[in-house]
Amino acid sequence: MSEKFDCIVVGAGPAGISCAHELAKGGAKVLLLERGEYPGSKNVMGGVLYRKMMEDIVPEFYKEAPLERPVVEQRFMMMDKESAVTFGYKGMEWAKEPYNNFTVLRAKFDQWFASKAVEQGAVLVNETVVLECIVEDGKVVGVKTDRPNGEVYADVVVLADGVNSLLAQSLGFHKEYQPDEVALATMEVLKLDKKIIEDRFNLEENQGCTIELFGDATKGILGTGFLYTNKDSLSIGVGTLLSGLIKHKIKPYELLEYVKNHPMIRPYIQGSESQEYLAHLIPEGGFKSMGKIVGNGVIVIGDASQLVNAIHREGSNLAMTSGRYAAETILLAKQAGDFSENMLDTYRMRLMSGFVGQDMQKYKDSTHHFNKFPQYFDEYIPMLNKAASQMFTVDGMSKWEKQKKIWSDLGTGKEKMKLARDMYRAWKVIK
Amino acid sequence: MLHIVACIKQVPDTKIIKMNPKTNTMDRRTAPAILNPYDAHAVEEAVRLRDKYGGTVSVVTMGPPPAVKAIKKCIEIGADEGYLITDRRFAGADTLATSYAVTKAIEKISKIKPVDLIICGKMTIDGDTGQVGPGIARRLDIPPLTSVNKVVEVNREEGKAIVHRKLEDGYEVVQSSLPCLLSVEKTINEVPYSPFPNMLKAARYQPHIWSVDDLEDVDIKQLGLKGSPTIVSKVWAPPKPEGGEILEGSSQDQVEKLLAVLLEKKELFQAKEGV
Repeated sequence: MSEKFDCIVVGAGPAGISCAHELAKGGAKVLLLERGEYPGSKNVMGGVLYRKMMEDIVPEFYKEAPLERPVVEQRFMMMDKESAVTFGYKGMEWAKEPYNNFTVLRAKFDQWFASKAVEQGAVLVNETVVLECIVEDGKVVGVKTDRPNGEVYADVVVLADGVNSLLAQSLGFHKEYQPDEVALATMEVLKLDKKIIEDRFNLEENQGCTIELFGDATKGILGTGFLYTNKDSLSIGVGTLLSGLIKHKIKPYELLEYVKNHPMIRPYIQGSESQEYLAHLIPEGGFKSMGKIVGNGVIVIGDASQLVNAIHREGSNLAMTSGRYAAETILLAKQAGDFSENMLDTYRMRLMSGFVGQDMQKYKDSTHHFNKFPQYFDEYIPMLNKAASQMFTVDGMSKWEKQKKIWSDLGTGKEKMKLARDMYRAWKVIK
Repeated sequence: MLHIVACIKQVPDTKIIKMNPKTNTMDRRTAPAILNPYDAHAVEEAVRLRDKYGGTVSVVTMGPPPAVKAIKKCIEIGADEGYLITDRRFAGADTLATSYAVTKAIEKISKIKPVDLIICGKMTIDGDTGQVGPGIARRLDIPPLTSVNKVVEVNREEGKAIVHRKLEDGYEVVQSSLPCLLSVEKTINEVPYSPFPNMLKAARYQPHIWSVDDLEDVDIKQLGLKGSPTIVSKVWAPPKPEGGEILEGSSQDQVEKLLAVLLEKKELFQAKEGV
């Protein structure tokens, strides 16, 4: 029989690496399997890395990790076809240690992060695809890879195989996700001179800016766009629910081209050169789409367990925290010599009682709600733009009159009631 | 028990690499570093011979510290040991200086265990010269056998090896004494998808790393840039072929069009008198 590990972690993304790191640090014999050529080679995210959850695993990582820029400004653009209402916050407290969050390029960052897990003693094997979990007597005892003599065994298998998690699905933990449970994000990395980036985004060296795009960025389809500054490139992308793309018969790359050509965005990216093109699914079904995440000898973490907070564009931090909790549970289980579902359920309970579970529950209706009522994106954002335009256009009309006009533009009494009701509803699902 | 040494090199992936249009040199930052594809076949052949006759496969390379990755790739293929010689004094070496440094490493390896056979890839994809293999053989004063596309037999007891050498219009069967050096064609074997236990071994493997000072009887003047008489006078990218015509339509249409074109230019294909 081939070698046995304490734990096999399938997938070297933020969740899997965090889990492997913590397990190895705790003295467990851990194998980390990655299908890509190296960790990060197949991983995609818009590019914001949150400090807190990363520091829970590698304290003061920002002193050595390959980060792009610390984010000092976050802007939000409510876009119409030729206009945008923008608000944001910029603060110098984010420009110095310990910082708030960072832009990163995953191909570089994940590789570094995985090397930290290897330093702790994890064994990392790349270019190896896990085909299935080996199940004996109702218990997961190992995995079968696509390589000759590819079976490998462990007390616990951690599935961190990302959004579709075919492995969890084949264990019957969740059904195949529906188009309204996953978003398709398409992004591009655009090369641009460092100095030009700093000028255009009003930044100094080692400062970054994130802009989140709502409304016309996604042609009114439920979703968001983003534009982030890296060291000498920009990350730009759009993500919308798959069901929205299907319904509106829009291809994801068309949407990305549309954003890149939008008059509010075009000046930022002018003269840049396309460096990389990426696309990925994001689990956005939230709490209601979460399947079973613990079984006998198996734990599911990260995107594989639908851990994404779509409203706050948080994912990697939830993934890292879930990986850390899973590791802590497995170390306890190892001490007790018990890898049953009952024992491993400690992970699920910790996850659900902590910020991850609470946030997931808080926003459990959000995607479903905004998906059901498209008017938020295709009516109210244009309305806001029109109101702002009227208010700030100096044309001799008195401000009283302007306010009156804006009020009447909101529609009939019935329509105003609907608007008020929708605003209240939106408030309720995110409050 | 055979001891086979495979010589390998980490190279930039020239399929992807960009040329610097000003200096006409390769911009090595634009391409990932990979195991020279020819060398993978050299290692695979060494592994096959070891599996057939028993013994050990060692790989050796000269390069910067990240070349450890290329050695790990060889462990995945099935090599037993890996040796990296790395030192700033090796930098800037041409094929003459490289073969000198690698020879010194092989001499040291053979003190650990005598070497019976050395296998190199035909050439590297970044230099394309194919000179380092024969250079090593010359310095070790052993027979170099180039363009090998089949190893028929290696017999340590009788001290002989029989191989096929690829020729323009066939192959020749050559017998050589041992030890000898083979430089192999890609056609010699296919490198299979590595088995999982090899992947585990490679993930944990730490190669032996030697600097100039770890080697013996080294003449520093023959290393690196100092030991490299090669002068590169000019480098240029070959011009992209122009012209050409794409025939479209159904298969039938395309065949007819092609036939018409060929008939029109038939004098190009006619054998010239006296040739």
